[in-house]
Amino acid sequence: MKRYDAIIIGAGHNGLTNAAYLAKAGLDVVVVEKNDYIGGAAASREMHEGWIYSSCSYVCSMMRQAIHRDLDLSRHGLMLVPYLGTVSFADDGQVLKLYTNAEVEYLELRRHSPHDADSMHRFRADLTRYSQLIRKTLMRTPPDPVSFKPRDIKELLFLARQFWTLGEREIYEYIRFFTMSAAEFLDDYFENGLIKASMATPGIIGTALGVCSPGSAYILLHHVMGDVDGNIGAWGLARGGMGAISNAIASALQAEGGEIRTHSGVQQIMVRHGKACGVVLENGDEINAGIVVSNLDAKRTFTQIMDRKDLPPGIYDKARNFKIRGSSGKVNIALSGLPKFTNVPENRYINRGGLTFTGSMETLERAYDCWKRGRWSDVPFVESVIPSAWDPTVAPPGKHWMSNFIQYCPPKLASGPWTPEKRDAFGQTVVDRIERYSPGFRDLIVHMEVRTPDDIEKEIGLTEGNIFQGELTIDQLHFNRPFPGYAQYRMPVKNLYMCGSSTHPGGGVSATCGANAAREILMDLKRPNTVPQDDCYDE
Amino acid sequence: MNKADPYAGERLLESPFHPRQAPLNLREAWSAWNGYRFAECYYDAEYEYFCVRNACATYDISPMQKYIISGGDSEAMLNRMVTRDVTKLKENRVTYVVWCNDQGRMVDDGTIFKLASDRFMLTCGSSCVAWLKMSAFGFADVSCEDVSDKIAALSFQGPTTCAVLKRMGLDGIETAKPYDIRHFPFGRGPLMVSRTGFTGDLGYELWIDPALALELWDRLYAIGADYGIQPYGEAATNMARLEAGFIMPGMEFNEALKTVHLEHDHTPFELNLGWLVDFNKPHFNGRSALLAEKQRGPKYVLTRLDIEGNKPAEHSWLYGNKRCTKEIGYVTSAMWSPAAKANIALAMIRSEHLKGEIWAFIDYAKELRQYSKIARCTVKDKPFWAPGRARATPPADF
Repeated sequence: MKRYDAIIIGAGHNGLTNAAYLAKAGLDVVVVEKNDYIGGAAASREMHEGWIYSSCSYVCSMMRQAIHRDLDLSRHGLMLVPYLGTVSFADDGQVLKLYTNAEVEYLELRRHSPHDADSMHRFRADLTRYSQLIRKTLMRTPPDPVSFKPRDIKELLFLARQFWTLGEREIYEYIRFFTMSAAEFLDDYFENGLIKASMATPGIIGTALGVCSPGSAYILLHHVMGDVDGNIGAWGLARGGMGAISNAIASALQAEGGEIRTHSGVQQIMVRHGKACGVVLENGDEINAGIVVSNLDAKRTFTQIMDRKDLPPGIYDKARNFKIRGSSGKVNIALSGLPKFTNVPENRYINRGGLTFTGSMETLERAYDCWKRGRWSDVPFVESVIPSAWDPTVAPPGKHWMSNFIQYCPPKLASGPWTPEKRDAFGQTVVDRIERYSPGFRDLIVHMEVRTPDDIEKEIGLTEGNIFQGELTIDQLHFNRPFPGYAQYRMPVKNLYMCGSSTHPGGGVSATCGANAAREILMDLKRPNTVPQDDCYDE
Repeated sequence: MNKADPYAGERLLESPFHPRQAPLNLREAWSAWNGYRFAECYYDAEYEYFCVRNACATYDISPMQKYIISGGDSEAMLNRMVTRDVTKLKENRVTYVVWCNDQGRMVDDGTIFKLASDRFMLTCGSSCVAWLKMSAFGFADVSCEDVSDKIAALSFQGPTTCAVLKRMGLDGIETAKPYDIRHFPFGRGPLMVSRTGFTGDLGYELWIDPALALELWDRLYAIGADYGIQPYGEAATNMARLEAGFIMPGMEFNEALKTVHLEHDHTPFELNLGWLVDFNKPHFNGRSALLAEKQRGPKYVLTRLDIEGNKPAEHSWLYGNKRCTKEIGYVTSAMWSPAAKANIALAMIRSEHLKGEIWAFIDYAKELRQYSKIARCTVKDKPFWAPGRARATPPADF
């Protein structure tokens, strides 16, 4: 029976990246995927004839350029096209348009608040400074702060040096930042309600925290530290949808001789003599391998596809208590035409970016209150984008596809299990929210796909539908991710590794978790490293 | 009140497409080309570049110089002038050519359109009336007419261009191969379409009577709206052409007739355009000098470089060692390529050093402070960007 060098469980983009780098080092690898398509949450699928939906993730900014370049993903068909700006809608009908051109954006901010227009400069500078520091850690393995191994000490010194470059005052601010709420952080800069609210929304996306919850300031940073072609904080679309990213990585993997098997859900990770040695598929087939790499989240890996007897004491409980709460839904809509929005001019540029139905800080917090009570938000925060306005490949000419990300939506309802009726009602809440700013929107709808956290968990396999594979709070970040002592991609069972977003640096279509894990695996196997260095050290 | 503009004599000319392009130039970013007002960018150079790579976009090439060379001797005259064998060019086909002075130094590059057996159109970046007159000397049956102001032209580039032209009713345009010319009726006149461009992508160039220019624009933009159409300027063109590895006068080469210092101009071999020089055809300008150069080998060779890191190597010196003591050449154009996700450059490198190590000394600024880095360069044989759709016939719809 064939024995692979490595099995990677889950063909999400991190699993594919991990496999690609192992294959590049000459390893015989196979990626097993339970669905009949690859990409996990970064997939493009034709859900209505002529319309290609990016059903889950819908925007790209975290993807590391160094990996894109190194795996030659452009040649494998990947193109990332930047957003032009965002439009935010307030409760009172006011609209904030953030343009790409600095002069024009300043004028628009001044229209809302001259004070905030000036503050925006300081806000951006501070955020860029914090981002640059975090960015330097993305493609590095977190040190174990208590191991005292030379490698860990060296890495700790590296981090200390980076910190030191901030200067004394900024170090204080930076430490505060990790435990602050987005609201407190923004109070330092802005006085206008709409500006504050629209800057706050990255602080809640994907997390079960509210704008006033401690820890949401870091989430905000996590969402703006990415870049497109070196422009920190910029966002972009993958031409052809987010699946283009996974497909390009898969193509790079296959070019290195790697194998991908779809329809191959894993029943259990096999452990013999304390070492992971393969997997049993749901159909009963066994696949043997020298090492096993799980791209599933930490909770799923340790509580669902491992025998508790194979785990050291305590790990099962750590995994069970791993904070991975579902908070967001997704509504994908096929439209017969481009929607028009109240107080937004019709011009060729305005719809080539994000649309955020923000409301105010209070609306955002009230939306969170609903989630806490086990209901979807009555007035949800909706972050939308109409990719077809500038990606000609995802809808027929003249027709449009709108991606809507909704915060908040609970995985379990207080009223009992999710039903198709409740799902429809949730979808209608979202349509109502948009219709309020776009009269006639409802009449443009050709097809709609509503995805609750429950749907996302069942289909993609993300526990509770949490998009980050685990909350991004300081207790679960960097050397604490997924658990203290296991942040270097090696898991408590020998020859078992993790490569998904449950590991450092966390959620987002960045390909870093997969690449970092590959670097550690290759080190253990004494193979030459194939993973490139990041290219952001001199920014 | 009609008051004469006291500055009229100093104002630049306006292209036939100007009335449509001017209101779209939100940044008022104009430069000039051959006396015409000419957009540097309309909204955002990088955005316009992405329209070329992702959807479709128009670039006003009306200011380009266009000449009709006709008569029984026109083919022979052109064949005498340019280095490529023009007799091999079939009717309704286009070819890229360069022409040299007698020392084999490049005067300019351009394209020849064969419109009939005795009728050609030559296009080039700067005016060459005098050179054409000189080149026609001794040929009895040839006439050169400057039609630069008589033909409006739009370069229409990007993956959705073929779909738009099909929707415009240009029947059979999808069967046009690269460098093919097609003719269509348009309004009260003819529309000539060539599958050519300066972006390395799928694209066409549309040639029309200036009187019909706005009608063409309106039709293109009405249909193109659903296909992401956008005007783009010089800045985006420069990005696209560099990715495709195309040369630009004033960047990669000096036109020989405008060059002051000895050998500050270039031979086709130095520009890696040796494939355009055909020694098997009858005599042409610069033949013996070029033959000698071919045997001797050029001093410099224009080379495509992939440079580590992401700092564009604009104006960088190149060295043969990491310590940067052995200077071997210079960068002519450089940028971070968003499509290829690579730090790319075209560079002139002394031929004998092409095989060895190449290091770029890159200067860059960060908040007014100057920094520098030394980056390893790798020679690339192929263009940085060459999608299959640029050559596919018929092209896909996007």
